[in-house]
Amino acid sequence: MKIHQLSVFLENKPGQLRAACAEAARAGINIVTLSLADTEQFGILRLIIQDWQKAKAIFEKAGFVVKDTEVLAIEVADEPGGLLRILEIVDQAGLNIEYMYAFTERRGGKAALVFRFEDPDAAQQVLKAAGVNVLRDLELFRRA
Amino acid sequence: MNSAERHPVSAPDFMPASALGETQLRRLQAIVTRAYDHVKLFRQRMEERSLKPRDIRSLDDVRKLPFTVKTDLRDTYPYGLFASDLRDVVRLHASSGTTGKPIVVGYTREDIAVWTEVMARSFAACGLHAGDIVQNAYGYGLFTGGLGAHYGAEALGATVIPISGGNTERQITVLKDFGVTAICCTPSYFLHLLDQGALLGVDFRQLPLRAGVFGAEPWTQGMRERIEAQSRIKAYDIYGLSEIIGPGVAIECACQNGLHVFEDHFLAEVVDTKTLEPLPDGEEGELVLTTLSKQAMPMIRYRTRDITALMAESCPCGRTLRRMRRISRRSDDMFIIRGVNVFPSQIEAALLRVEGTLPHYQIVLTREADLDQMEVQVEVTPEVFSDEVRVLEELQRKLVHSIETITGIRVAIRLVAPKTIPRSEGKAKRVIDKRQL
Repeated sequence: MKIHQLSVFLENKPGQLRAACAEAARAGINIVTLSLADTEQFGILRLIIQDWQKAKAIFEKAGFVVKDTEVLAIEVADEPGGLLRILEIVDQAGLNIEYMYAFTERRGGKAALVFRFEDPDAAQQVLKAAGVNVLRDLELFRRA
Repeated sequence: MNSAERHPVSAPDFMPASALGETQLRRLQAIVTRAYDHVKLFRQRMEERSLKPRDIRSLDDVRKLPFTVKTDLRDTYPYGLFASDLRDVVRLHASSGTTGKPIVVGYTREDIAVWTEVMARSFAACGLHAGDIVQNAYGYGLFTGGLGAHYGAEALGATVIPISGGNTERQITVLKDFGVTAICCTPSYFLHLLDQGALLGVDFRQLPLRAGVFGAEPWTQGMRERIEAQSRIKAYDIYGLSEIIGPGVAIECACQNGLHVFEDHFLAEVVDTKTLEPLPDGEEGELVLTTLSKQAMPMIRYRTRDITALMAESCPCGRTLRRMRRISRRSDDMFIIRGVNVFPSQIEAALLRVEGTLPHYQIVLTREADLDQMEVQVEVTPEVFSDEVRVLEELQRKLVHSIETITGIRVAIRLVAPKTIPRSEGKAKRVIDKRQL
């Protein structure tokens, strides 16, 4: 099950991240997890949000450039070698990972990671066939 | 200056006003006839005004003639304004046009001789002569600066070092080791050489260098004072543009108060920028030039877009050629960076080529360590935005490359958030010039 990630363009200058988060807070949007990729000049804030359509509209209204991308949320055993197992499957299938980052919470000895694959559909098929839990329900990872 | 110090090549600089006027009229009539006979666009414009070459009976009659503008060169690209058969053209130069296509200028053998003459007269006015060692740091190539200065200095009998532009350390080594007495480059590049020289422990005041012939970009009295104080040379302003001939249209003399226009080859007018009516001497307006002897590509009333005023007062140096005040600004949105003319429309063409639609942008000019820097700030649009860093970095690379292809200079691109570049009422302010000229 692919989930939607929102990416927001940020200039690399003070206050940019705060401005984006302020928009989310004002609209009562909870950010499930996020990652920030940055270069000397700009940053890309990637967000996983339950109600992504509403969040996208709010960011756009506030003047941000927003892009919606399909990513996979994959459950990983929270133990040594847990991630390695996933990466071995990915490697064997010749899948290309553009980037990845972790969810902030774990549950029941499991962690979850966000993977941005070049081809998310192919990745989903391969991982499911290998018995990897590709998460469908973000509710699991929301703060209790 | 007494005549004993005059170089023979400078003789026309001192011709009596009446003789100058006669030469100008004779040449104007010949060039108008030549352009009428051989340049279709010019003939059409003459016909629209029911004008014939024989209607030019006095120098004031130049005012009847149609103007020529830069876009005429683009519209007739590449050879449409040539009045000579290409077989008689021995040289082509080119400079960037306003929207990406270069403009081409041609020279016959006679034209090269005239150019050489005015450049030799320019160097002579700056006090150079045989025995001087001239480091020519103008770029050699399609740009007219390098070869123009080269031929002129050689004709004067000076020793020319054709080092061309760039490679600052080598420039300083040559300056120091070759006994260089004069240098040609842009004034900002010379300031850069001074600063880099200081870092390398080279004190220009200890070198035999005594003159700098600086042009291809506007500069100020403040820059001159800095250059002269830090290097103990005399810094001369030279003016020219490739559409007319290249460098050598006008030059400062030892008085350093205005540039003498080589009026026997270039007829100068200053016109009101709005009405295009000619203004009397002393009043500021747009400089309009007519080439009086150019064979391959006569330019009739070419609007330079440079703002200046003509000075009719006689000069203590004795030259009878009128002077023009140093160029202070432009009447269009062109700016000059590292000696290269750039129009915002070229940047637009470059952005459009990469992105498909024109993003909001702004050009910021700064001067760091005396070198001009240009940053183009481009607002990110949903069409080009990506969640991947490498896609945006690739976009930056493409934009840099596209601008370099069109303008010939490498600039920095900064991607900025939407709506962060100020919008202005009416015409957008595309260029923010923070350089302290």
